[in-house]
Amino acid sequence: MPQRFHEGDFVRVRDDYPIGHIRTPVYIRGKQGVIVKDFGAFGNPETLAYCLPTEKRELYKVRFWQQMVWSSYKGGPRDTVDLDIYEHWLEKAE
Amino acid sequence: MRGPHDVGGLDFGPVENATHDLTLWEKQIDAIRAVIGAKGIVSTHENRRTIEQLGHDVYDTLNYYERWTASLARQMIDKGILTQDEIDARVVQVRQRLADTGELELKEGA
Amino acid sequence: MSTHEHHDHDHDHHDHDHNSPPQPDDKVHSYYQILGTAVKELLIEKGVVAADEVRRMIERRDSITPANGAKVVARAWTDPAFKARLLKDANAAVQEFGIDMPTTHLVAVENTENLHNVVVCTLCSCYPRDLLGLPPSWYKSKAYRARVVSEPRAVLEEFGTSLSDNVEVRVHDSTADMRYLVVPRRPAGTEGMSQDALASIITRDTMIGVAVVEPLQN
Repeated sequence: MPQRFHEGDFVRVRDDYPIGHIRTPVYIRGKQGVIVKDFGAFGNPETLAYCLPTEKRELYKVRFWQQMVWSSYKGGPRDTVDLDIYEHWLEKAE
Repeated sequence: MRGPHDVGGLDFGPVENATHDLTLWEKQIDAIRAVIGAKGIVSTHENRRTIEQLGHDVYDTLNYYERWTASLARQMIDKGILTQDEIDARVVQVRQRLADTGELELKEGA
Repeated sequence: MSTHEHHDHDHDHHDHDHNSPPQPDDKVHSYYQILGTAVKELLIEKGVVAADEVRRMIERRDSITPANGAKVVARAWTDPAFKARLLKDANAAVQEFGIDMPTTHLVAVENTENLHNVVVCTLCSCYPRDLLGLPPSWYKSKAYRARVVSEPRAVLEEFGTSLSDNVEVRVHDSTADMRYLVVPRRPAGTEGMSQDALASIITRDTMIGVAVVEPLQN
């Protein structure tokens, strides 16, 4: 499976709210960050959670600046939060 | 929809950072979950899903290993390994034993 | 504030009326303890799990403590080549200590003068159990999981950890297959110490990132 993103790519997390077992927390949906690592392909928990056959999905470490995640963030402008996000939850940002 | 488990960014007050040693009961539930996972009967992913599906009332009321217990019972029913009737009957028996002896039978191999 | 948050406390189960049906208060706890015992007995009787397997799993869990992680960190402090291996491939590096983490992808993140890492799992309780043992109850509490992502500095203050605004605080939310180990900073005044002595000052909380290793007192 071709990798869709590379280190340094700016990405946005899908702002979707499907029913199901979702490992992308609500607080990060719709937020913009940057790919800092490509972990390789892992089974998709959204199907594994239902014991269904699963395809592998590329998993990325994505870094977000806290002030872009929380409008009233109290802390330095450099503070960040990293999440591990599967490729199908990410789209390219400008 | 935000599931009961998806709490990032909410506020449940200060963190109480006192810790306690796990009780034998908690260790047993933890170990049963680990053994069932290692045997491939219920994966970690399924375990998380069934805990999330306990819903707000149950998730918010129970402590950690109580959630695991509730979801373990449901998994066993879902997979046809145990029936609700069996579990209910055994709960009555264990309760009776409690009433007789005043404590739970927590020894291994019971 | 939440009055119904239990924080995974160790409730005194003997105080409850065991014959009452589940109630949305403390009485509910005895019901789930009974349910757990009932399910355990049935699973053993049906041969789904063996009593011996459960016992051995408890022993295995009990044998894994934060001291394992402390040894790894102390080595990283004293052996730059090992630290480089740890940061590059933590699974392989901890295997040098005989610590096998077959189902875990361990990632070590290093604190520096300018960067402080702190670990959480907002969705459940992901934690490097095969290295540090079972997580403390506060790590699994909704209070910690909820707030450490949105106000990490305030939560760190509650743990007695104050960080300058010049230091980047980086929260790692373990949302997938990775489990995170923080390599805390080595405090000043520890230059002559042996690895064992260093390991003895490295606490669990410093490897989660809610605390820093305290400088030695004279």
